[in-house]
Amino acid sequence: MSSKNSAWVAIIGNPNTGKSTVFNLLTGKRQRVGNYPGVTVEKKIGTFQTEDWEIQLVDLPGAYSLAASSPDERVAVDVLTGHAAGVPAPALVICVVDASNLLRNLFLVKQVADFGLPMVLALNLCDEAASQGITVRHEELTRKLGVPVVPMVAVKGSGMEELRRAVAEGLAARPVLPPMQWPEAVHAATSCLARLLQEAGHKPHSEAELRRAVFDADSAVLVRSGLEKDMRKGMLQESRKHLFAAGLNPLAAEAVLIYGWLGPVVEAVEEKKAVERTPLTEILDRVLTHRFFGLLIFAGTMYVVFQAIYSWARPFMDAIQRGTTWLQHGVESLTTGLPVLQSLLSNGVVAGAGSVVGFLPQILILFFFISLLEDSGYMARAAFLMDKLFSWCGLNGKCFVPLLSSYACAVPGIMSARTIEDPKARLSTILVAPLMSCSARLPVYVLMIGAFVAPVYGPWKAGLLLFAMHFLGLLLALPLAFVFNRLILKTPAQPFLLEMPPYRCPVLRNVLWRMWERGREFLHRAGTIILALSVVIWALLYFPRPAAVAEHVRQEIETREEASGRSAAEIKKELENGESPLGQEFKNSSDAAYIGQSWMGRMGKGVQPLFAPAGFDWKITVGVLASFPAREVIISTLSIIYNLGSEVEGHEASLQERMKSERWEQGPLAGRPVFNIPVVLAVMVFFALCMQCGATLSIMTREAGARWAVLAFVYMTGLAWLGAVLTYQLAGRLFPV
Amino acid sequence: MKPFALSEAQVGQSLKIIDLTGESQSAQRLMALGLLPGTVTEVCGLAPFGDPITLKIHGRPVSLRRKDAACVQVEELVS
Repeated sequence: MSSKNSAWVAIIGNPNTGKSTVFNLLTGKRQRVGNYPGVTVEKKIGTFQTEDWEIQLVDLPGAYSLAASSPDERVAVDVLTGHAAGVPAPALVICVVDASNLLRNLFLVKQVADFGLPMVLALNLCDEAASQGITVRHEELTRKLGVPVVPMVAVKGSGMEELRRAVAEGLAARPVLPPMQWPEAVHAATSCLARLLQEAGHKPHSEAELRRAVFDADSAVLVRSGLEKDMRKGMLQESRKHLFAAGLNPLAAEAVLIYGWLGPVVEAVEEKKAVERTPLTEILDRVLTHRFFGLLIFAGTMYVVFQAIYSWARPFMDAIQRGTTWLQHGVESLTTGLPVLQSLLSNGVVAGAGSVVGFLPQILILFFFISLLEDSGYMARAAFLMDKLFSWCGLNGKCFVPLLSSYACAVPGIMSARTIEDPKARLSTILVAPLMSCSARLPVYVLMIGAFVAPVYGPWKAGLLLFAMHFLGLLLALPLAFVFNRLILKTPAQPFLLEMPPYRCPVLRNVLWRMWERGREFLHRAGTIILALSVVIWALLYFPRPAAVAEHVRQEIETREEASGRSAAEIKKELENGESPLGQEFKNSSDAAYIGQSWMGRMGKGVQPLFAPAGFDWKITVGVLASFPAREVIISTLSIIYNLGSEVEGHEASLQERMKSERWEQGPLAGRPVFNIPVVLAVMVFFALCMQCGATLSIMTREAGARWAVLAFVYMTGLAWLGAVLTYQLAGRLFPV
Repeated sequence: MKPFALSEAQVGQSLKIIDLTGESQSAQRLMALGLLPGTVTEVCGLAPFGDPITLKIHGRPVSLRRKDAACVQVEELVS
C-alpha cells in the first residue's frame, strides 16, 4: 500500500479534555518523543493510518488560548503556522473539546480556526456532560461551525472509529469554520503592522498571524521577526492605536469578539437540565479542599507517595543491586587474565548500567502515583492547598510533588517537574530539587553519625542531627528559588490559574502507559550519559597502573613478615592465595596504593589545599572527587583508600574503626586524628549540598538544557564548599580539639 | 453597589464582572477563560492559608491568587 497519501495533522485542546487519551488511542505505540529546539516543550509525534492516508500526528501542548504567554503556547502557534523545526504546517487540526464546558473550549477552537486550517472537532467527555445535565446537539454544532463534530467518550474508546473516518474525510474535503467578521479597526491595525514590518524589510505575514501579533504582545510572530525589542514595541503601539481609536482594548478585544461570536452558537446547541443532586465533585471538594481535613488528607496522601518511592522501591533496587553484583562476578570470571578489560567491564560498564537501571523502580513508582493524582483530578487540589507556601519565592503549589519526590531521589523528582506548567517555576524547581536530601546521602550521614556522633553524644542527639541534615537543603532551597526567580530567569512571572477538573476515576491503561513512557525515556535519554560518566570515572580511578606499585606493596609485606621469622616460600605461597589473610591484605593495600597514584588520586592531592579550610585531608578529597557519579560512592572509595577493599556491606564497623584511627600524615596537624566533630560535620554538610550525582546532572541536561545543568553544578558545588568551610570553622570554635 | 477588586471578595459571594484592567497577563488569561465584563461568577473556595481563591467561571471552578485577581473589578449581586 505505497499509494497512500501522507499528511501532517495536529491535535490540540484545553488541558483536562482527554487529548492525550485520544492521541494515544489514535497512534498506539507508534510514537516518538523529543524536544522543540531551544525550548523545553515536549515534541510528541505519532503515526496512524486510514484507508487512504498515512498520517503524522503532532501532539500540541494543552492550552486554553493561543496567546503566547508561555513557551507551550508559542510552540502551538509555531506548529500551526508551519514555523516549527521538523514539523510542516498541518493539513488538518483535530480539536479536542470538553462537552461539559463547550463555550470555553470553543474559544481555542476559534483561535485555531483563524489560521484558516481545516478542522475536525472531537467532542469528548460526553458522558461527563450528560451526568451534569448537559447535552450538546452535535449535528447542530456541525451545521453552525461547518466542520465535522464527533461525539466521543475517549476513555471508553467510543467515537474513535468515527474520529478516524472524519479525519480521513476532512483531509480530502478540507472543512473550515466560517471566517470571523473582524471589525474594521482590527483590519486597520493589522494592515498598519504589515506596512511597518514591510518597511523594516520583512516578508509579508498572513492576516491571521498579524492578528496574533496585534492582540498579544509576546506573540511568536513578532519575536520571530528578529527585530529589537524596542522596535517591536514601537510597531505594536503604532498599530494598536487603531484599536484604541475604535474603543477596543487590544488585550480584551480578541476575547470579547470571539466570546461574542460563540455565545449564540453555544446557546443554540447546548441543552442544560438542572441536576437534582449535588455533583460528586462538589461534595468531594468540600472535604478535600477543607482547611483542616483537606490538609490532613493531603499530608496522608503525600506520606504514602513518599513511602512508596522511599521504602517500597527498596526491595526492587536491592534486587537490581544483587543482579549487578552477580553480573559483575560473571563478567570477572569470563575475563580472568585480562585485568584492564575485567575492571572496565565490571567496575565501569556493568556497575554503570546497574546504577542506571537502579533508578527505574523509583521513577516507575513515582509516575504511577503522579498519573493517579493527575488523572483523578487531585493534583490540582493539592497545588491549590500548597500554593501559598511556595508563592512567595516564585514557585507555586505544583512544585510540591517534585520537591517531595526529590527527598527520595532527585532524578524522578526532576522528571516530575514537567507537571508544572509555568516555565519559570519549573526551571527554579529543577534547579533547587537536588538540594533535597535524597536517599543516596543517607549512607554518608549514617556512617559519619554512627562513628563519631552517636557514641559520644548518644542516640537522641544523633537522631536530631540526622533530622537537621535532611532539613538543611529545604531551608536553603526556597530562598535560592527566590533568587533564581529574581536574578537569573528574567521572563515575566506567570499568573497562576488552576482549573479544577471534575474528579475522575483513573484508567489503569493510561497510568501504565505513562509509567512505561517515562521509564523508557529515562533509560533512553539519561541512561547513556550516566553510563558514559561511569566509564570515565572508572578510567580516572584505574589509570595509570604501573606494576611497580603492587610490587612495592608486596615487598613491604614480605620484608615485614620475614622480620617476624617466617620463610620466604611460605610468605610467597600465602600472598598468592587471594583468600588468605596476607593475600587479602596484599590486594587491599595495592588497591589503595593504586587509587592513591591514579589520575583521580593525583587530582585529589592536587586540590586538597582547596578543601583544607574545611578540614579535609587528601583521602577525603579523593572520596569527594570520586563520588562525582553518585554520593554514596564516597563510602566504597574511602574503604578502598583505607586498605579495606571495596566491599563495604557488612564491614561498616571496620570502616568506622579505621576512620577513627586515621591520623594526619604531615602538615601542621600531623599525628592528630583526621576525623573530629568539626570535620565530620563539614563532610556531612558538603554532601548535603553538593551536586555529586551524574544521574541528576544528565536528567537536568535533558529536562532543562546543559546550560542550567552546569549552573546547578557550579552553584551547588560552591554552596557545598562554602557550607563545609563555614561548618568546620564554626564547629572548630564550638568543639575545640 | 460599589465595585471592588476581586481580590477582596469573600467566599460565597455572587459577583458580576465590571471590568478587567491593566496591561497584565492575568487579565488577558482570565478573559481567555471566559471571565469577561458582564459575566456572573461566584467565589466557591478558599485555600487553607487564605490564598488562592476559587472562582466558578461558566460553571467550572478555577483558582487564582489574590494578587492576580486584583486586576478584576466586580460588584456583588444581591439575590
